[in-house]
Amino acid sequence: MALSAQQIPRWFNSAKLRSLINAVQLTKCFARPGRTLLHGFSAQPQISSDNCFLQWGFKTYKTSSLWNSSQSTSSSSQENNSTQSSLLPSMNEQSQKTQKIPSFDSELFLEELDELPPLSPMQPISEEEAIQIIADPPLPPASFTLRDYVDHSETLQKLVLLGVDLSKIEKHTEAANLLLRLDFEKDIKQMLLFLKDVGIEDNQLGAFLTKNHAIFSEDLENLKIRVAYLLSKNFSKADVAQMVRKAPFLLNFSVERLDNRLGFFQKELELSVKKVKKRREFVYFYVCKFTFMLTANKRKLTETFDFVHNVMSIPHHIIVKFPQVFNTRLFKIKERHLFLTYLGRAQYDPAKPNYISLDKLVSIPDEIFCEEIAKASVQDFDKFLKTL
Amino acid sequence: MGSAGLSRLHGLFAVYKPPGLKWKHLRDTVELQLLKGLNARKPPAPKQRVRFLLGPMEGSEEKELTLTATSVPSLVNHPLVCGPAFTHLKVGMGHRLDVRASGVLVLGVGHGCRLLTDMYNAHLTKDYTVRGLLGKATDDFCEDGRLVEKTTYDHVTREKLDRILAMIQGSHQKALVMYSNLDLKTQEAYEMAVRGLIRPMNKSPMLITGIRCLHFAPPEFLLEVQCMHETQKELRKLVHEIGLELKTTAVCSQVRRTRDGFFTLDSALLRTQWDLHNIQDAIRAAAPQVASELEKSLGPQLDTKELPSREWSWESQGPSSTLVPERGAGH
Repeated sequence: MALSAQQIPRWFNSAKLRSLINAVQLTKCFARPGRTLLHGFSAQPQISSDNCFLQWGFKTYKTSSLWNSSQSTSSSSQENNSTQSSLLPSMNEQSQKTQKIPSFDSELFLEELDELPPLSPMQPISEEEAIQIIADPPLPPASFTLRDYVDHSETLQKLVLLGVDLSKIEKHTEAANLLLRLDFEKDIKQMLLFLKDVGIEDNQLGAFLTKNHAIFSEDLENLKIRVAYLLSKNFSKADVAQMVRKAPFLLNFSVERLDNRLGFFQKELELSVKKVKKRREFVYFYVCKFTFMLTANKRKLTETFDFVHNVMSIPHHIIVKFPQVFNTRLFKIKERHLFLTYLGRAQYDPAKPNYISLDKLVSIPDEIFCEEIAKASVQDFDKFLKTL
Repeated sequence: MGSAGLSRLHGLFAVYKPPGLKWKHLRDTVELQLLKGLNARKPPAPKQRVRFLLGPMEGSEEKELTLTATSVPSLVNHPLVCGPAFTHLKVGMGHRLDVRASGVLVLGVGHGCRLLTDMYNAHLTKDYTVRGLLGKATDDFCEDGRLVEKTTYDHVTREKLDRILAMIQGSHQKALVMYSNLDLKTQEAYEMAVRGLIRPMNKSPMLITGIRCLHFAPPEFLLEVQCMHETQKELRKLVHEIGLELKTTAVCSQVRRTRDGFFTLDSALLRTQWDLHNIQDAIRAAAPQVASELEKSLGPQLDTKELPSREWSWESQGPSSTLVPERGAGH
């Protein structure tokens, strides 16, 4: 289906072309359909993210098209990658799929620009030329969402297939701009292989990258050094994998910062847990299983601790055995404790009969808690809650 | 598919606010849970887009080119690209409860937020249970405030307490009549007053329509209060003043709202029930009663003005003689 000549002026307007050079480029684009056209209109995104838009500037549009036309068909793709690495490679790949058409532009060179008359939209053109016009709607030069670019960017498509949540990344403009500029084959693939090396599974890569999108701006060498440092601290590969999975930003810290944090936690946790012998196991255990405690809000921790120790009268050594009480919401502990007190079943001393352990208090769901621990129905529990 | 769920999400419902939760956090939690439920629906089928590809025409000797239309899948509507379908819901709050208080709290969703204004203008009474503790006085009238004074309370008996409560009710009754701007000399007004159905339909300070002692076991006592235009702090201050009247001191240990207009404890949703289905059911269950009660409360004024919102301007014009009968569940 050949495009009518009426579509061309619309195209002109939407692209805001203004000068002779742009018109000439269009001619070239008509003559070399497919690849050149897409290149010409997919000007690379600007590096600067001065406002909250993903910038696809038309600044270097002219240079890119001129470069294209002066190269041969086969070598232009490599040239583009090397000279303007921020050009979307997807255009290359898509256009390479289309059949290589004999170029008509051998007679059009840079020197002839000035002599060439401007193309009039009313000029009749042959069927072959008409058929080779591709007038896809141009990509928006700036946008607040990656939706507009996902169909035209192989990088973004591959990331979506991996499971990366683009709607979360597009809220951070620097990361989004970075993703648009990166080449999947060159940059992202290396990063993914490195992450797989560290031990993150394929199906976890998406979640990891969504959380830590800033990792693409990190130097691969630095990341390798940090992983080597962690391994040197006698963490096994599986340990490091789990640590990185649970705390995705761990790899973004510099080695000094990692060192400081590990030392701090070793000191802190040593004071409260005296029985654990091996330091390595203990740091791994706490960092991985209870990462929430290290990142938790201090006020909430102290409130929970105050309630558990003072109101429920549970001594320190029992609290230490069940650190997961600090992970549950305080209201849950309060409600259940008050219900048990109301029923007269609040017995937390292991020596006495009818002892209720703290982990049973907090971690089991409501129905089982009511039936087995409190020996009451869920309706009774609800009625009690409405009297609080 | 999401619109089906959203269409049932307009109206009023009541939740039970537990103590220690700020009302704003409650409202945000309810909104988040509703959005979670709405976004859990199946995403739409992936969109296709048409691309015209250049290729050789079939069965032609000279390599003629033609455009063929192909439908390729597009990732524009993929959930990972465009994010969740619903990001915001209009959830409105009725009469507020402060952090330490608990009880029935009316929320409105979507178009129900309009009904919240109507409920406010209906000036219905609310029921509270207030628990007091004799023997100490604090600066914010609460049990955990800064201690100001400690007193003995052995001389306090049930009869003394009842006498004081009756005195309070009497004085507030007078204030009720005064603030409702009623001419008691008319026959209808007198009959209404006899039946105890008068209440002010505009702004007024806290007015207690009924107060009685449910349980008295010194130092603790439990009161049931029916009031309107109150704040929970004023209720705590009331407990403090009762203590002063009893020639001792008292602090308030619990303020719990058991009824707000026509929403009672039975229909209030607990924290575990704050999800899409339960809220939709609650809205549907409460809808007929809401409609009838609001019509009754605002009905008589509707022929004098077209919109309920005009009530404000009507009241500001002059004394409003309101003979609106109180038909809340409390009476």
